[in-house]
Formats: sequence, structure tokens, C-alpha cells
Amino acid sequence: MKSIEWVAIYVLWLREMKRFVRAKSRVVGMLGMPLFFLVFMGLGFSNIPGLPGDIDYIHFLVPGIIGMGLLFTSVFAGLSVLWDKEFGFLKEIMVAPVSRLSIVLGRTAGNATTALIQGILILAISAIMGFRPNGIVGLGLAVVFMLLIATTFIGLGLIFASNMEDMHGFSLIMNFVIFPIFFLSGALFPIENLPEWIIKICYVNPLTYGVDGLRGALVGVSSFPIAVDILLSTVFSIVMVLLGAYFFKKSESV
Amino acid sequence: MYAIRVENLTREFEGLVAVDHISFNVESGEIFGLLGPNGAGKTTTINILCTLLKPTSGYAEVAGFDVVEEKDRVRENIGVVFQELALDEKLTGRENLEFHAMMYGLRGEERRKKVEEVLGLVELYDKADMLVEKYSGGMKRRLEIARGFIHNPQVLFLDEPTLGLDAQTRRHIWDYIKELNRKYGMTIIITTHYMEEADYLCDRVAIIDNGKIIAMDTPQRLKDILGGDVITVEVEGDVERLLQCLKRQEWIKDTKRRDGFLDLTVEKGERRIPELINLSQKIGVNISYISLHKPSLEDVFIHFTGRSIREEEGEKNIRRGRKGFRR
Repeated sequence: MKSIEWVAIYVLWLREMKRFVRAKSRVVGMLGMPLFFLVFMGLGFSNIPGLPGDIDYIHFLVPGIIGMGLLFTSVFAGLSVLWDKEFGFLKEIMVAPVSRLSIVLGRTAGNATTALIQGILILAISAIMGFRPNGIVGLGLAVVFMLLIATTFIGLGLIFASNMEDMHGFSLIMNFVIFPIFFLSGALFPIENLPEWIIKICYVNPLTYGVDGLRGALVGVSSFPIAVDILLSTVFSIVMVLLGAYFFKKSESV
Repeated sequence: MYAIRVENLTREFEGLVAVDHISFNVESGEIFGLLGPNGAGKTTTINILCTLLKPTSGYAEVAGFDVVEEKDRVRENIGVVFQELALDEKLTGRENLEFHAMMYGLRGEERRKKVEEVLGLVELYDKADMLVEKYSGGMKRRLEIARGFIHNPQVLFLDEPTLGLDAQTRRHIWDYIKELNRKYGMTIIITTHYMEEADYLCDRVAIIDNGKIIAMDTPQRLKDILGGDVITVEVEGDVERLLQCLKRQEWIKDTKRRDGFLDLTVEKGERRIPELINLSQKIGVNISYISLHKPSLEDVFIHFTGRSIREEEGEKNIRRGRKGFRR
């Protein structure tokens, strides 16, 4: 048996798409938090110390908020395996004659697509608030970064889901994993403002490079060279998805 | 050829033995039942056979393939209907079937035809494009059964297929199961704790309790172990006199007296009742009460374990309630 079955990946992707289109409240719900952050932070701070180049805060903030939206949606999407477990559908997938890697890739493809749609929606809404991206090439590059961020954190969510029995640990993950990743990524303020020892933590945070890359692509200002951002984000993404697949395969689904 | 071979299969969960060295074979084309109370190890056995759980020890083979070493080959050859619903409720019935068929490699025209065919068989044709969350419990079950056999598996597993359904729907589901077996010659393994379900559907039944198989045969032969029907009579007058008279009758295999009643073990009880009445009238003893009990698989279970399957129902419901509350 091949380890990658395209039909199975397509089926699982299509399933996510159908579910996404039918769940209007989910679309609105997942846009809510990033939009509030965008509007209230953007309005509240017109300027903060340490901004790179000569950009204003809103231009600094938008890539960070996109990263935030992708982070939350993706971890949650990775964890949604637990919902499938709860509602029994996971067993139906697990007895199908397809490799576990294909199952993970199919889910990841579907979830990454919905996350990407969300990222683009946030970008569109921020244009209303006066955000001006840095040309069409930058937009294309931004899409690449969005996909890398999404797959990285879907993988992370899957790692957690495969090691959890049910959703009980969710708030633990929310408070002790997702929020630190968010705040220590340079999404809201330049990480250079932080004390030296915390900056070191930021350097091992995948989202740091994702947000920095987005900022470089959309605004033209970044802490690291874009090539470094792309490289590290790609590595993080591949490692996380493969780790997710590994733990998923190991876990017993009943 | 055997569709399923199981040898000394054992599964432990943290020291608790759920399945304890069971062995059985299922022939191709058979409807085979695992009958037992909840927690007896039926679902664990099914989960091992359909590759979702690893056995702790022992060997099992489905459609000729090892369930541990050749998982993918096993998966290609089985259909499973799990005890809990395993549908995507945000999809329509048709989409659930389509997606499933795609995963099992059915393509294009063949897939379309097959989806129509199974929808027709379980009579969900009109509701095919409704979201599954709008379906009733019986409809969901039918859809799952349709999905279980759409890819023509050699072996179909049904884990408590009629749990929680009303009597009429249950009858309906039984008919589909029989039809599948007859029309496609499909081997079907069914777990149940409903005696009448096992009795009605299964060619052979394994009675399972505490992880062990305690009896295995056709339903009829299992019931024959009990020796026949039981006629219970109550008399006005001289019980002893009737008893002495009955003991001389060849067709009465066993007599038992218990507080005012007589239990008589006979074959074809319904044909013996008139004879019994004639006899008692001849010797001048009046029968005031008479009843006939045909043995059920329940009686067989009691015979082997000393308790009834139904007694365990209450406990299970409590467990379920707790689980429901946790959600």
C-alpha cells in the first residue's frame, strides 16, 4: 500500500470544505477575536516604542493579527480530531484502507485551506482600516507564509490531540501553550522590546518567523531576512506535521 | 474457507482482562453472533478484528489476513458498523456514502450506481440529500449499514446494530441484514445483548461472558441443551397423585415440584397440553393454571452463568448516564 493516497487526501479536504461552508457561525466566530484585537489595539495605540523602519502601528499590527488568527484556528483544527473521536467519526476514518499519513495530510490540507481563507479575510478587513500591503508579490509571499503558519500549528494541535483522551486539557493548552506562543512571537510589539532572556524563547517560537515573514512580505519590514523566515517556517511546518502524523499513528482510536 | 479465524485471542486493559483467550471460526457466508451482557468483551473483540485495537496475545485472521501484520489488507475487505454512530452529521446521507466509497477506491459511474443501489436497499432514497443531523436514529442506523457494505466487503461487522431503536425499526434492520446475507452472500458478524436478535438472525451464536466464550452453536442446538419446553401447571386437589401419574409418562422428561406448581420438561410443549389436561381429568385432578415456556437464549445464558443478561442492563444504564453527564 502506498503511503500517500491522493483520493483519500482529497476526500478529507473536501469534507472540511463542505463543513466549513455549512458552518456560518464558525466563520464569524473564528474571525471575532482577531478582529477585536485588530480594531482595539489598532485604535488604542497609534504608536509604540521600537517600531522598525518608519511604519505606523497598524501596519506593524496587521501581520501579527493574521498570525494570531492562523495560530488559534490551526491549533483548534488540529485538536478537532478529538471532536471526531467524541462523535465517533474518527473510527470510520481509521478502519478505511488508507495510510495514517494520508489521513493526516488530508485533514491538514482541509484545515490549512480554511485557515488561509480566514487570513485573507482578516487582510481584506484590515484594508478598510487603512492597511496598505506592499504590492502583489508581497501578497503572494504572504499566502505562502500563511500556509506555513497554518500547517505548523495544525501539526501542533494534532500532537496534543493524539496524546489526549478528550477535550478536558483544552484550557490548559489554551493558557499555557497558545497564549505564550502568541505573545512571544512579535505579533503585537517588537520582540526587541523584551528582556534578553525572553528574546531567546522567541527565537525557538515558530510563530516568530511566520509573523516576521508576513511582515516582511506585506509591509517590507522584518527583523530577519525573509529567506531565513521562509526556511525556518518550512522546517517547523514539516517537522510539526510529521510529528503529528507520528503521534496520530501511535494513538489508539477507541 | 473461513472468513474469520480467532485463536486464543486476549486483550488486557491495564491489568483488566477484557477478552480472555477466546477461539472461534466463522465460515464464509455465515451470520455469526456474539451474544453476551455489556462489558463481556464483544466490542473489544470486534475492535481487534477490524484492526483498531492490538491484541495483547493470540492470533486473529479476517478474510485470510492477519489483523496485526496485514492491517491494510484486512481493512480493504471489511465493512464496520460501530456501536456508537460514526457518521458526519454535517454532511448529507449521500455525501457520507460518496466519501466512504471514494476512500475504498470506487470510481465514477460505478460509485454513482452503487450509492443509488444501497440507498434503495435501505430505503433512504428520498432523504439522501438531507443533512444527517436531521435524520432519526433508525435512519442513521440504516445509512450506516448501507455505508458498511457499499464497497462489497467480504466480512461485515455489526456492533449492536439495533441498540436503542424501537421494536419496529429493529425488525426492519433485521430484514436488511438478512437480505444482505442472502443477496450478496456476505459474512456477517453481529454482536448483541438482545437474545431474540441473536436467535432470529444468527446461523451460529457464541455466548460470551467475562471475556470468555462459554457456549457456541446454532441457536436451536443451544436451546436444546436445556432439554425442551417447560409446562408449568397448578392444580386444585391432589398434586402428588398427578405427579405420580405424570412420572409414568414417557414423553415427560423431567418433573419438578416447586411451591404448588409443577414444572414439566417436554418436547413440543404446545402439542402436549391437551394430553396433559385429558390425563388429569381422567384421574380426577383439576388443573387451575397452565403455561408453556419455550426456552430462549436467555435461558441458555442463565443455564451457563446462573444469572440473566437482563440483570446487567441496569448497571450499564447507570454507567451510560454518567458518561452522558460528563459531556
